[in-house]
Amino acid sequence: MAQPFRTAEGGRIDRSRSLAFTFDGREMRGHPGDTLASALLANGNRLVGRSFKYHRPRGLLAAGGEEPNGLVRLRRGGRAEPNVRATLAELYDGLTAESQNRWPSLNFDLGAVTGLATPLFPAGFYYKTFMWPPAWWPAYEGVIRRMAGLGRAPAAADPDRYDHRHDHCDVLVVGGGPAGLAAAQWAARTGARVILADEGSEFGGSLLSGNESLDGKPAMAWAERILAELAAAGNVHLLPRTTVSGYYDHNYLGMLERVADHLAEPADNQPRQRLWKVRAGQVVLATGALERPLVFADNDRPGVMLASAAQSYVNRYGVRPGDRAVLVGNNDSAYPAALDLAAAGVRVAALVDLRPEAHLDWLARLDEQGIEVMAGRAVTGVEGRDGVRGVRIAKLSDDGKGIVGGVGREVECDLLCMSGGWTPSLHLFSQSGGKLLWDEGLASFRPGEAVQAVRVVGAAAGRFDLTACLAAGAEAGNAAANDSGHRRRGRGPRRPTAEEMPPPLAARPMFLIPGGRGKRFVDFQEDVTAADLQLAVREGYRSVEHVKRYTTAGMGTDQGRTTNVNALGVVAQELDVSVPEVGHTTFRPPFSPVTFGALAGRQVGELLDPLRRTPMHGWHQANGAVFEPVGQWLRPYYYPAPGEDMQAAVNREVKAARHSLAVMDATTLGKIDIQGPDAAEFLNRVYTNGWKALKVGSCRYGLMLGEEGMVMDDGVTARLGEGHFHMTTTTGNAASVLAWLENWSQTEWPELRVYCNSCTEHWAVVSISGPNARKLMAELCDDVDLSPEAFPFMTWRQGTVAGLPARIFRVSFTGELSYEINVPAGCGLNLWQTVLAAGEKYGITPFGTEAMHVLRAEVGFIIVGQETDGTVTPLDLGMDWIVSRKKDFLGKRSLSRSDTARDDRPQLVGLLTEDPNLRVPEGAQLIPGSDPRPPVASQGHVTSSYESPNLGRTFAMGLLQGGGERHGEVVHVAFDGRAAPATVTAPRFFDPEGSRARG
Amino acid sequence: MARYSIFALARNALRRHRDWPLAWRSPEPKAAYDAIIVGGGGHGLATAYYLAKRHGITNVAVLEKGWIGGGNTGRNTTIVRSNYLHDESAGIYDHALKLWEGLSQELNFNVMFSARGVINLAHDEHEARELRRRVFANQLAGVDAEWLTPLQLKEFCPILNVDPGMRYPVLGGALQRRAGTARHDAVAWGYARGADGRGVDIIQNCEVTGFDIRDGQVRGVRTTRGEIAAPKVGVVAAGHSSVLAEMAGLRLPIQSHPLQALVSEPVKPVMPTVVMSNAVHAYMSQSDKGELVIGAGIDSYNSYAQRGSLPVIEETIQAVVELFPITSRLKMMRQWAGIVDVCPDASPIIGLTPVEGLYFNCGWGTGGFKATPGSGHVFAHTIARDEPHAINAPFTLDRFHSGTLVAEHGAAAVAH
Repeated sequence: MAQPFRTAEGGRIDRSRSLAFTFDGREMRGHPGDTLASALLANGNRLVGRSFKYHRPRGLLAAGGEEPNGLVRLRRGGRAEPNVRATLAELYDGLTAESQNRWPSLNFDLGAVTGLATPLFPAGFYYKTFMWPPAWWPAYEGVIRRMAGLGRAPAAADPDRYDHRHDHCDVLVVGGGPAGLAAAQWAARTGARVILADEGSEFGGSLLSGNESLDGKPAMAWAERILAELAAAGNVHLLPRTTVSGYYDHNYLGMLERVADHLAEPADNQPRQRLWKVRAGQVVLATGALERPLVFADNDRPGVMLASAAQSYVNRYGVRPGDRAVLVGNNDSAYPAALDLAAAGVRVAALVDLRPEAHLDWLARLDEQGIEVMAGRAVTGVEGRDGVRGVRIAKLSDDGKGIVGGVGREVECDLLCMSGGWTPSLHLFSQSGGKLLWDEGLASFRPGEAVQAVRVVGAAAGRFDLTACLAAGAEAGNAAANDSGHRRRGRGPRRPTAEEMPPPLAARPMFLIPGGRGKRFVDFQEDVTAADLQLAVREGYRSVEHVKRYTTAGMGTDQGRTTNVNALGVVAQELDVSVPEVGHTTFRPPFSPVTFGALAGRQVGELLDPLRRTPMHGWHQANGAVFEPVGQWLRPYYYPAPGEDMQAAVNREVKAARHSLAVMDATTLGKIDIQGPDAAEFLNRVYTNGWKALKVGSCRYGLMLGEEGMVMDDGVTARLGEGHFHMTTTTGNAASVLAWLENWSQTEWPELRVYCNSCTEHWAVVSISGPNARKLMAELCDDVDLSPEAFPFMTWRQGTVAGLPARIFRVSFTGELSYEINVPAGCGLNLWQTVLAAGEKYGITPFGTEAMHVLRAEVGFIIVGQETDGTVTPLDLGMDWIVSRKKDFLGKRSLSRSDTARDDRPQLVGLLTEDPNLRVPEGAQLIPGSDPRPPVASQGHVTSSYESPNLGRTFAMGLLQGGGERHGEVVHVAFDGRAAPATVTAPRFFDPEGSRARG
Repeated sequence: MARYSIFALARNALRRHRDWPLAWRSPEPKAAYDAIIVGGGGHGLATAYYLAKRHGITNVAVLEKGWIGGGNTGRNTTIVRSNYLHDESAGIYDHALKLWEGLSQELNFNVMFSARGVINLAHDEHEARELRRRVFANQLAGVDAEWLTPLQLKEFCPILNVDPGMRYPVLGGALQRRAGTARHDAVAWGYARGADGRGVDIIQNCEVTGFDIRDGQVRGVRTTRGEIAAPKVGVVAAGHSSVLAEMAGLRLPIQSHPLQALVSEPVKPVMPTVVMSNAVHAYMSQSDKGELVIGAGIDSYNSYAQRGSLPVIEETIQAVVELFPITSRLKMMRQWAGIVDVCPDASPIIGLTPVEGLYFNCGWGTGGFKATPGSGHVFAHTIARDEPHAINAPFTLDRFHSGTLVAEHGAAAVAH
């Protein structure tokens, strides 16, 4: 199929192969080596998108990552991706792309009607209107939202996979153009570990698009030789298609490698993209420079593009971006571009040089090609709406602020190439903390002082002479390697010399071209015009950040790469100050947008967070347990028998524990092994009660408070030896309690000889509970005297249970006779199954967390995080008995604060609803009266609420203001507009003496 | 002050927008004012606005070391809600929400307050219990709140993942329908314009370097643009509250941390509401411009540098992709950080200090933006009357001595 704008020869494309692709359903063909952008141009397709605000037709401005207009939706279904820059999308066979932000079609976009009313839509218009009538705002907003946005998000989940890779290197070179290649080569020769990353599919940078020569040969031949050397070296990692997007503290950089985006889909086992997180000893930024557009009337028409982009299309891609070109520039760059276009068969109608005098050396070369050069003139307007048909060229006044000698003449053309000078690409340098300095000659910023270990070379440093860039790259690569401790032996590589170029003639900085009536765009993607910037300044938005935010200039997906300097220039002109006085906005990461999937990496789906399972998990699963997440753990919630609902299952489990025997997997409880001569003193400080007198072989319940005196965690801790304790914590707080202990032992009490270690996962814990617990223990254990006298409540024994070495703790959270049997984790399932088999004759019943909650609530035990919420003291819980008056402990001082010591604070109470079948929801509020209509001041809330088969009714616990003194009073439980009466009781409903657990 | 309206736009369009007046002036500081507000963020500008409008105190300067709205006002995720747990908090945040509801008209500046609802998700029984408690408490306090089941959540926000097989399945969520988002910059600009129109001087690039305090009474401030006298000085400088307090010889119980946020590239509307999740830590909304606006967690270290670290962003995006699987192929366009001043109880400090005439408004932690109008309103009252408004009376500096805390860790959304 014909590609009418394909050149006869040349370019870095493989003409022997042809690839099919579609754009908005239109079938076209291109070649390997094409981008979607170059292939579209080759097929004569110049219209690629509609602008954000005015829906103006837009063509390609650039050939690289700075492209603001050519954003497309690539691929379909779950692989669809909006806002892809066509200039970076490599062509593959079968590629499908759609234009965006248009309806019903790209050629006929109804949104363009906004263009008719553009005078009503200056910068920030939305702040001034849509306020009346107020009730209409949601409707206004709906329309605004539909008009805004760029592409459509995919509708389905992403089928692809993303990887993360952490790496270190001595020298990270960013940018594989001439300076970067030289830096990498010189650094690599020292033996340093080098990473060379480049956004493009091929290394070479500007050399790919130009036709320079080095030592008399094409420059790419040199580049290929260096690349071969680097590829063969064992200490270099070459990363094409990799954008360094974030430069964080301590030389930590984030890079996105597009592993498979150039393929129809990733190969098996291949990720789509990979996020590299690199800690670099030294960084060399060879990030190049970007050409700036000129700001003149209708500079956004399809067919207006950067001169360097046109050069890239003809030289690299073998595509003529037009038939008949005019070039306009304020510096030398347009001249070689004109020659390259002419060589590729584009008729060059004229070159317009904004400078008063043309560059004479270049002029001579253009003369040979019959190209007319017009100096002291500017393009002041563009004919053609959907594509350039001609340009108007007029004479500039001496100060450049006006037009002299009439409206000028019109020149017919379908391509206008512009060069407004060069902007060093300093996003990463700025992100690193480096300061930017204004360079008057460059009319742009160049790197100033660095804060981190980073060097900037080549065009990024404002150097455009190829020989000098290569030398600077070599020097920086060598110096970076030296600074990372690597030195070259012997002589360095030979430094190549570029062909002599005509000496540069100073550019004529001009941020705003006078004349013409059309819109002069500064930010193409955000549809921000020079008039918008001027308006912002006139309205008092003078800070550069205010101008940016008011007009949105520079806030698009291109991060304002082609916008920022021009915008600053226009603002400076309007404020009548210099550009450095205006300053610049902050460069924020990422340099180029980074896929969410890549940031997430593998940690999605079931790998979102580590899932912790006990050794008995498989059994629970096989036996129909329903699980609940508790922190990272999955715990059995209840074990429904066939036909049972949750309540029935829980009732059965609760009854088994009270009447015979039940068993629970308590492995998840946090366990901390505490050792050292000062371990007892340490516990004495972190717990509210005394620990020094605890005997070896005994256990004690402890409460920990935060510094503000509020309950933080609780658990039973056993003394294993003189200086050895086994602490248990709640499942959810295990890690934070350990961190708390470490914080105190390491930073506040370093004199204490004590060491804490998490041993949660070393032990599997089987907790048996119920009147028959001792009988069962006796069958499983013959080396421990189980009699109540020999092995009383709140003690522990070392022994053998079911043939396994075990620590047996006589503690109880259910209020029943209980043993918590700890065995090495690997033996957990064995023990569990043995216990179940042996307990069968007692009807042993596995119970889950819900039954545990009911059992403990019946006997009034609290759950930290349920009865407490970080505002509850031990006294509020009625646990005065555990708060030592003699010794100091963490949080003690806070308990005496005036508010904390009040006696009408919310206090733990029991609640029995008048209707014994009503189970009030947890979290329901407690109010004195029966009218729940707001506003009503709440006096507390329900912390726990259950149905109890042992009590034959529902019951609840709650925190009630002054509740300790209100037993017997009737309050109301308010929820969902109801208020249910309930009697306040003591928070203990079963076995008030606690004799069953001691038995 | 020329009124903004569609007619004004049309009139000005005819004059090619050449005649719009300044939104606010850029005056030189005077030698003395009746009151000085230190900090030109939303709260400071709102304070100046209400001082002028409600209390007739118009000889006021707002001193801003950089550009107005450049601190947390311009760095937050624009969420506005009032579903806090305690009556004290509900009091101030709901006061703010009511002001938000008419703010565009009040200021004649469209702050684009969008009552698109805010959902808090519960991912386990513990969270569900705490959220329900908040719903019930809000209902009694007159703050709208309702509980939604996973299916109702899916209906309200179709891109939300409610698959029970998720690593942390969604068990339900609390919805406040009156809550939503607003355009953050516009709030600063709208208040600035309103205050300026009533005579307040907004002085940018003017950093306060010290206080002039004699006999226990504030007399003025020292700045990079000279000394400025005033018998009353209100400090609202989130991110640097402790630094300023130290200049006045005060110690605040505040820790300053970076808090990060990010936006995606703009896409067509997909996100009709705001969804927040504490367990799977992320929250997300969509701006009028089409960007998905995502709040990350705080970096746990203390810092005054307005930049954050990458790992926090990774964790947040993992949560976002889990909760909203269609976002996997969207792209992060910008990330940034603000500095949040966090109090031990996750509630603010608004009121008097031991120095006569010196007032502090700080410690909003991660929740300052939503309170902007209410905070400015009651702070203006506090400064004008030299005593707190009933609404901010609970938020004293003294409460850290007495223990009368307003613990809002659960409702403050970002884990402190």
